[in-house]
Amino acid sequence: MSHSPLAVKGLSAAYQKKAVLDNVSFEVEEGKLMGIIGPNGAGKSTLIKTILGLIPRLSGEVTVFGKPYSVQRKLIGYVPQRESVDWDFPTNALDVVLMGRYGRLGWFRRPGAEDKRIAMECLAKVGMADYASRQISQLSGGQQQRVFLARALAQDARLYLMDEPFAGVDAATEKAIITLLQELKKQGKTVIVVHHDLATVKEYFDSVLLLNVTLQAYGPTDAAFTAANLHRTYGGRLGFLERLGHDVPLPAESR
Amino acid sequence: MLDELLEILRDPNAQWILLGCMLLGLSSGIIGCFAYLRKQSLMGDTLAHAALPGICIAFMLTGTKSIMLFLIGAGLAGLVATLGISWITKYSKLKTDAAMGIVLTGFFGIGIVLLTQIQHSGSGSQSGLDKFLFGQAASMVSSDVATMLVVSLFLSGSCWLLFKELKLVSFDPGFARGLGFPVAFLEQLLMFFMVIAVVVGIQAVGVVLVAALLITPAVSARYWTDRLGMMMVLSGIFGALSGALGTLLSAAAPNMPTGPLTVLAATLLFSVSLLAGPRKGLIARRVQHLRAKREHLAARERQAVPAPSRGVSQ
Repeated sequence: MSHSPLAVKGLSAAYQKKAVLDNVSFEVEEGKLMGIIGPNGAGKSTLIKTILGLIPRLSGEVTVFGKPYSVQRKLIGYVPQRESVDWDFPTNALDVVLMGRYGRLGWFRRPGAEDKRIAMECLAKVGMADYASRQISQLSGGQQQRVFLARALAQDARLYLMDEPFAGVDAATEKAIITLLQELKKQGKTVIVVHHDLATVKEYFDSVLLLNVTLQAYGPTDAAFTAANLHRTYGGRLGFLERLGHDVPLPAESR
Repeated sequence: MLDELLEILRDPNAQWILLGCMLLGLSSGIIGCFAYLRKQSLMGDTLAHAALPGICIAFMLTGTKSIMLFLIGAGLAGLVATLGISWITKYSKLKTDAAMGIVLTGFFGIGIVLLTQIQHSGSGSQSGLDKFLFGQAASMVSSDVATMLVVSLFLSGSCWLLFKELKLVSFDPGFARGLGFPVAFLEQLLMFFMVIAVVVGIQAVGVVLVAALLITPAVSARYWTDRLGMMMVLSGIFGALSGALGTLLSAAAPNMPTGPLTVLAATLLFSVSLLAGPRKGLIARRVQHLRAKREHLAARERQAVPAPSRGVSQ
């Protein structure tokens, strides 16, 4: 049995009767940044949620460091989409980050001084230490995203799954996030990111998975992120794909 | 009026009833916070209306009036109602609000039919079940109050013990599931707490209005604080205050049902919160707006003064 951080075999999932994931298999190498890309409705978020067991799978197998997901939860950190929660909830940034410690605390026990210290450290890592006691509805979208990242850091995991962390954030936050991802990678952690901005794929990720219900391509970014694979995945709907194939630098890459 | 109220308070039986209603308001207020934050305020109303047929059937089958039996009947009816709602939303294109409306009124209709049936039968007229529509705190006996005490302590205690878990499930159920918490179980548990609060509250406040004790204190409390723990404390206090006012007023005015008075007290507290709440209240927001406007205008005026006019006004 494989001992890679994440091994997915023949994974399928469906909403009602419509298949949104069909027979997806892949294995992730430890200490890599991996991007999942594909058009809207390709099942990118569904893939992450099915791996995490948030959506019941129709078939397939998921192992984390060689064991079934359910016994390895403590090794996994999760960053959901920012829109998935109500930011008007009566709580502050530090409190949200502390939730990352709940899994380790178990039932009934409240977070203690040590948990608070860790949470503050995680907030500092995303540049949000000054906002610890800020009500979460008063944070900007990018700041909210960083709080979610800090919460995942507080989980102190070895494998991170992130659902569109770059969606709708400002340039400063995007930079903070990518610096953090590099830092995690340096510590030997594995990070899987659902991504939508094709222009930054080559710059950010070691490997890339192209998804459109079925797995279209997977491998090191240089090998898998090709015009032919993108055409197959996106159905040729994006005009600028042509230029990607010919290695013409995109305007967005000059940031 | 005040003398009358003090007179009532000297009666030990009335003291017990008052305490029972306050505890009821307290625990409903606390549970209500989670219902409100999980956008399930109307679920309390559905559960309350669905409880009526359950209570009637429990009475018809056993012929006795006991909170325990009513709890079982109402709990089962509430379960059928929630299953009905999820069944409708799953297999039709209806949204939850429409499904709730249908199930709520349907169950209430059945309840009223059964209630009328009971009233016309021999023993039924003495059952006092008709008081269940709008509540009558004075009709409670000491064993009812004792049950209320136990239930309130159980609900408040559970919320205190499970504060962390319930907070997580209310804020981000997906993340909670990822951490390995049994989210479905915790959500069912919250639903169960709501059923208990509703059933125990029915005798005092009535089927029709008991949901107000879940919704109104929680919404009012949200105006005063940005912290969940504080919100629950305030909501509990608001609930207890409403319960106390409702009970006292209904005891002072003969034949006045407790439910409407309790709800009016809660609504009054809400109005005060809506107006006077710090930062989120209407007055505070108006003041903020005016202050911002004044500062903005002052800044523009400073800019409008032409720069090379030095020496003129000195």
